[in-house]
Amino acid sequence: MTERFTSRGFFGKRRDAGTDRADRIPPGQYLTDGFPVLSAGPTPQIPLETWEFTIDGLVAEPMRWSWEQFQSLPSRDWTVDISCVTKWTKLDTRWHGVSVDDLLAAVEIDPRAGFLTAQSYGGYTTNLPLTDVVNNQAFVAWQYDGAPLEPPHGGPARLVVPHLYFWKSAKWVRGLRLMEKDQPGFWESLGYHIRGDPWREERYSGD
Amino acid sequence: MPEPLAWQIATVTGVRPESAEVKSFTLALPAWRPHRAGQHYDVRLTAEDGYQAQRSYSIGSPPSQTGEVEVTIERIPDGEVSPYFHDVLRVGDQVEVRGPIGGYFVWEPALGGPLLLVAGGSGVVPLMAMLRERSAAGDDTPTALLYSSRTLDDVIYREEIDALAVAKDGVGAFQTLTRSQPPDWTGYARRIDREMLSEVLASIGPQPLAYICGPTLLVEAAANGLVELGVPPARVRTERFGPTT
Repeated sequence: MTERFTSRGFFGKRRDAGTDRADRIPPGQYLTDGFPVLSAGPTPQIPLETWEFTIDGLVAEPMRWSWEQFQSLPSRDWTVDISCVTKWTKLDTRWHGVSVDDLLAAVEIDPRAGFLTAQSYGGYTTNLPLTDVVNNQAFVAWQYDGAPLEPPHGGPARLVVPHLYFWKSAKWVRGLRLMEKDQPGFWESLGYHIRGDPWREERYSGD
Repeated sequence: MPEPLAWQIATVTGVRPESAEVKSFTLALPAWRPHRAGQHYDVRLTAEDGYQAQRSYSIGSPPSQTGEVEVTIERIPDGEVSPYFHDVLRVGDQVEVRGPIGGYFVWEPALGGPLLLVAGGSGVVPLMAMLRERSAAGDDTPTALLYSSRTLDDVIYREEIDALAVAKDGVGAFQTLTRSQPPDWTGYARRIDREMLSEVLASIGPQPLAYICGPTLLVEAAANGLVELGVPPARVRTERFGPTT
């Protein structure tokens, strides 16, 4: 093993190793109490009257919900830890929304489908294996901390996939397209990791 | 599988104060690679017991400056990495970095213009890399910089920006001071709003390629303002940050 580099005079600040909180912070991340906003372009303004959510691609029949229909789906509260590739981690974030399992239950999935692309108003996309969004691992949220999700944070609704870096949790989401092959989305085409597991520090291509 | 972006050990070859709470650090890289203006590097600090902290910092230097990069870092009082850079790190020290990173918030002359750069606070750093790249390439893309700071003492790269304003090579520099202004101040004295954006746009034309970097409220105001003024959303690129500690 090569000798490890150490930074002269660096002791670090937040070190509560062994505590419950420390065990929930992935490598290279730091805790924040704020909720930083990051996005590549202007925040889209989407009127609820025209908002819709679609599941299409490798399904027998595409499915489409209006805002009103979407709100009447079975929904629940979710409390999850989230990690952004820009290094911040936020614990115990509170959301309200519908499980992706319940959305997928509304369509007949072609057995060839192994991946999906989440598509957003404004043109953003991100890719995910189906195995990362089923079994209550992912949800579409329209409330954060008891209030309607604000547009800069992805409102009216955003996908939340808390066990992957937060760029996978597409803001302003308008649908899921089921696909046979994994197709890199926006950031995945610009040097970021194809899957993005924070516990494996999959930040950039090749990590 | 693509090649991983490897960590390398950089050597600090220069430290320069830029404003009250901001310094630039020149890092000589054993495996320097040309970056694109607007990209950043990741920095990793490691304590004796193995504890590590990472942050991302924008590159202020242009890619024409080979063999090294300059990162400009604001000192966040309760931070972990920025106080280390400001208070501990000195010329000759080593620091682990990897990069360059980021493929969207980038500009080079081939992307054209007119170029509108809107910055708040230390958000000016990646935009300065673009201005320096434009100048190094001898490019004449019509360009405007709109830069918001709290006070005159907080203005980063002040002399360089003042020089831009008199150089007459197609770059207009507009500044606003939101908290306090010296008596002879001739720039704006309020937060960025639509009217201000409209006046800046008038100097370069209505359909710019826009890059906005700064705190969330500034980025929201500027990006929404430009869209309301008719700039296509696809021509507005944003980079936002809270304080990077």
